[in-house]
Amino acid sequence: MIRATLKSLLARKLRLFLSGLAVVLGVMFVSGAFVLTDTLGRTFDAIFADAYEGVDVNVAAKPKIAVSEMEGEQTAAPLPAATVDKVRAVPGVATATGVVAADGARLIGSNGKAVASFGPPQLGENWTGESEQLRLREGHEPRADDEIVINQGLATAGKVKLGDRVGVLTPLEPKQDFTIVGIFGYSGGRDSIGGSNEIMFTTPTAQRLMLGEPNAFNSVTVKAAGGVTDESLRDAVAAAVGDGYVVKTGEQLSSEAAQGFKEALSFFNRILLGFAAVALLVGTFLILNTFSIIVAQRTRELALMRAVGASRRQVIGSVVLEAIAVGLIASVFGLAAGIGIGALLAWAFGNLAGGLTLAGIGVPAAAVIGAFAVGLVITVVAALLPALRASRIPPIAAMQDVATPDRPLTRITVAGALVTAVGAALLFLGLNGNAGGNTLATILGGVLFAFIGVALLTPLISRPVVSLLGAIFAWSVPGKLGRLNSGRNPRRTAITAAALMVGIALVTGVTVILDSAKGSISALAKDTIKAELVIAGSQSGPRPPSFDPAVLDKAAALPGVQLVDGEYGDMAMVNGQRTWVAASSNVAALERIFGAKAAAGDISRLGPDQMLFSSDTAKSRGVSVGSTVNVQLSRGEARSYTVSGIYQSSQFTNPVVLPPQAARDFAIPQPIQGFLQLAPGTRVADVQPQVERLLADSPEVSVADRDAFIKQQTGSLDGLLQMIQILLALAIVIAVLGIVNTLALSVLERTRELGLLRAIGLRRAQTMRMITVEAVVISVFGALLGVVVGSGLGAAVVRALKDEGINDLILPWGQIGVMLGLAAIIGVVAAVLPAIRAARINVLGAIAHE
Amino acid sequence: MELPHRPAGAVRIGRQTEEVDDVTAMVGRQAQAAARASDVWKVYGSGEAQVIALRGVSAEFERGQFTAIMGPSGSGKSTLMHCLAGLDSVTRGTVAIGDTTVTGLNDAGLTKLRRDKVGFIFQQFNLLPTLTAQENILLPMSIAGRKPDPAWYQTVIDTVGLRDRLGHRPAQLSGGQQQRVACARALVARPEVIFADEPTGNLDSRSGAEVLNFLRNSVREHGQTIVMVTHDPTAAAYADRVVFLADGQIVSELIEPTADTVLDTMKKLDTPAEVNG
Repeated sequence: MIRATLKSLLARKLRLFLSGLAVVLGVMFVSGAFVLTDTLGRTFDAIFADAYEGVDVNVAAKPKIAVSEMEGEQTAAPLPAATVDKVRAVPGVATATGVVAADGARLIGSNGKAVASFGPPQLGENWTGESEQLRLREGHEPRADDEIVINQGLATAGKVKLGDRVGVLTPLEPKQDFTIVGIFGYSGGRDSIGGSNEIMFTTPTAQRLMLGEPNAFNSVTVKAAGGVTDESLRDAVAAAVGDGYVVKTGEQLSSEAAQGFKEALSFFNRILLGFAAVALLVGTFLILNTFSIIVAQRTRELALMRAVGASRRQVIGSVVLEAIAVGLIASVFGLAAGIGIGALLAWAFGNLAGGLTLAGIGVPAAAVIGAFAVGLVITVVAALLPALRASRIPPIAAMQDVATPDRPLTRITVAGALVTAVGAALLFLGLNGNAGGNTLATILGGVLFAFIGVALLTPLISRPVVSLLGAIFAWSVPGKLGRLNSGRNPRRTAITAAALMVGIALVTGVTVILDSAKGSISALAKDTIKAELVIAGSQSGPRPPSFDPAVLDKAAALPGVQLVDGEYGDMAMVNGQRTWVAASSNVAALERIFGAKAAAGDISRLGPDQMLFSSDTAKSRGVSVGSTVNVQLSRGEARSYTVSGIYQSSQFTNPVVLPPQAARDFAIPQPIQGFLQLAPGTRVADVQPQVERLLADSPEVSVADRDAFIKQQTGSLDGLLQMIQILLALAIVIAVLGIVNTLALSVLERTRELGLLRAIGLRRAQTMRMITVEAVVISVFGALLGVVVGSGLGAAVVRALKDEGINDLILPWGQIGVMLGLAAIIGVVAAVLPAIRAARINVLGAIAHE
Repeated sequence: MELPHRPAGAVRIGRQTEEVDDVTAMVGRQAQAAARASDVWKVYGSGEAQVIALRGVSAEFERGQFTAIMGPSGSGKSTLMHCLAGLDSVTRGTVAIGDTTVTGLNDAGLTKLRRDKVGFIFQQFNLLPTLTAQENILLPMSIAGRKPDPAWYQTVIDTVGLRDRLGHRPAQLSGGQQQRVACARALVARPEVIFADEPTGNLDSRSGAEVLNFLRNSVREHGQTIVMVTHDPTAAAYADRVVFLADGQIVSELIEPTADTVLDTMKKLDTPAEVNG
């Protein structure tokens, strides 16, 4: 039995290859995800181990606000110089160095733009001398206050060289110019550690620009004397400095930092696994279909086996064995492809992050186990149904003509309706927030059930829809024949179309959601924001671009400018809870620019000890006008504010607004957006160039009119949409393989019929046209289903997000049209090989009777 | 053996010729051939595996005649028909349908020939399962983009007796009905010649008789030319003439055959010594 199975497997290499390809792609995503996270994980291990290599023990003041690695750099509280001396006096300490190192030092490159970071910090530091790792490659250390040294990576990125006079943006002061007097690199010929950009000043300059306090540091780096372990020294230092400090060994710090990154990386892992799930779902349809067709074609063969004494179990076994073989081979190829794709993504990530030196590509056990588990399980599960069907073939079928009676669709339709209902129910629960803590799982489950349910309903739908679609082509005989062929096996057509449906539905759904979000936000922003000009920059890393606050005053003084508001923001602890807080340079803007309405108290002015709440936040925190609220910002001590007003929550209001004075203690004490309201009758084009000139020293931001600003703000959604579409396109590619597969198998199955048609005069070109019409009808049908299901899913989500301010349901008609057109092209492309094969059928061989 | 009724006076005792050359000479004399094979050789494979299916066969098939080709298995009768119909190429010699030389036509030419000048009836897989009986009957004309002569179409429908079955799909028709639909399809385009390959091979004797009667009537009443390959003497008896093949050569011929004369000839062919002696 096994030998017979393997022989029949070899005889059908091509079609199994096609269906196996779907598994290969799914497995590729799974193993690729694991390889990527493993490689990047070890890369970060190495980076942080390097970064803390010269550190035996590190002393830092307790941070005021805990910030995760992905949110940006920790704003370390300054510690006084006296602490450095105190540490130095601890027995066992060889050296203790006060270090200034804070994020937000941005070099202006030779093109006049600030060198951007896509994640790694942009550190402003004090020069503490060369070490085993850090070596000056050119020049000397900074000796004067206007001298800096930078790392080679930054020099390359900014296209600057030794001796250049460059501008540097720092968090606390406007742009200042410095001379590059040295360029350094790291051991092993590296230009940076993990893509970080580093600017090193003299210690007083670093303290002034990065900390805003003379004689203060962020941390103390301690080297142990010989014979003293890091741990014992850590405990001794901790005891000496007392409470309020975090004392850790270098090893601890590096593993903690790496851990933070690895958690962030698991996000990538989840995205890739999500796409793997989509690919595998589509692949399951494909394998199910392939095995169904193979079983149907082998009816006689299987019946003969039964007739000569094979048991049902053996028949099931033979089909399942075939599935196992396909699954195994596909898993091997998928794993190999996954290692490749994982390495490629890691490389791309490394480049994007500013030239990470990647650790060697590793293949973790999880990748191998995941690959084989997923590949085998999916294939076998998909083949199980056809295998059961095969076992029900009566031995007598060997003697009869191959007649596959049209089984009624009642059962499958009832099952489809039930599954669809379950999916809809789950979606309803998930979207209305009634699913408890498992909202995401419930929604995803709902989507999955909806897909399977619709796929089961598809055979029923396919009859009328396919015949309607086919009617478009029925003007010619080949077209008519193709149309009839696509309608002749509703199950097969349905599964093939359903595979395409999944990809198209997801693309449509995501597009509907994002387009609606974009449209709603734009419309609302246009209605609400009463500022003709906006100063903002596009954010590339965790740190938003900011600009010199002096620009605000100068802009306010420009003729025709009526109202100017600079917006600051930061994460803070409000009554002990992490909260996004904002500060406006001009509180009046809340009403006059953002259209906020007072719900209680006065929101038009704000004293230095007062704060405002949005109505939602006030409700959830249980505060009202007159309440006293404790606020801890990134810098400085915690202090109390009195709530003086509460405004209605809207899309454009922050949860909490603090007085402008508080912004000094924000992690970024500079405005990140500026809004300019012009006097009536003032032309935007007159004011814009003047504001542009004011921004000469703030190259991270630019001034745009309101529409351009809204476009820029919603532009990130476009990028997201594109990324998702590209990844989902893979699901569509798999579905195309499915159409090719189904057609190729159908052509094979209908050899005699094609021979007959050719015998009675169908030309080769007509034969090809017939197959093409069949393919186009199937793929357009699949796309139609996808568009309908996707729009439905998208609309459901948009409806559920009504409370979040997404009011407009925007159906991307243009894109839907494109997708239907694309489906027609997909059909034509998918038909090429099967059509050629059909046209080449040897007429005599096809009709000559057995 | 009970024979179906024949028109009075049409029954003649077949003349059996024993010399192959005589047959060729006799066939060659006939004018107005609808199909003609001249010294046709067909060789499959090469070297050890070489099989010679036809060895210099020459034959003409007169217009308006119903010819049966008979012979034992492997005699080359199907090959001859396939070559005549342009389904297979000949190794040597020429084949012509009407005034068209088939030999040397490319695929497009052959397709056009089959479409416009030839009708086919096969043993099985004769109809497209997705089309109704009527659509199947009209298929060759639709493919060619031609309209059938309405009067002729009605005549054909009535002759095959399927008027009330036209909207049915093949699966809803009996084997005999399906084969009658196939006959109607072949007839409706009025081809130069209809080739039938064991048309009754899959039918019971009653349905077979129906189909054969129908074929013969279309020759008698409408002047259709039919060439039928069969191994069934009863079926061959419906023809005007039977050509016998053995070993790739025409070995004998009967005019106005009966089942008995056909059977006798077959028996003789099975013992070649007698034929040649």
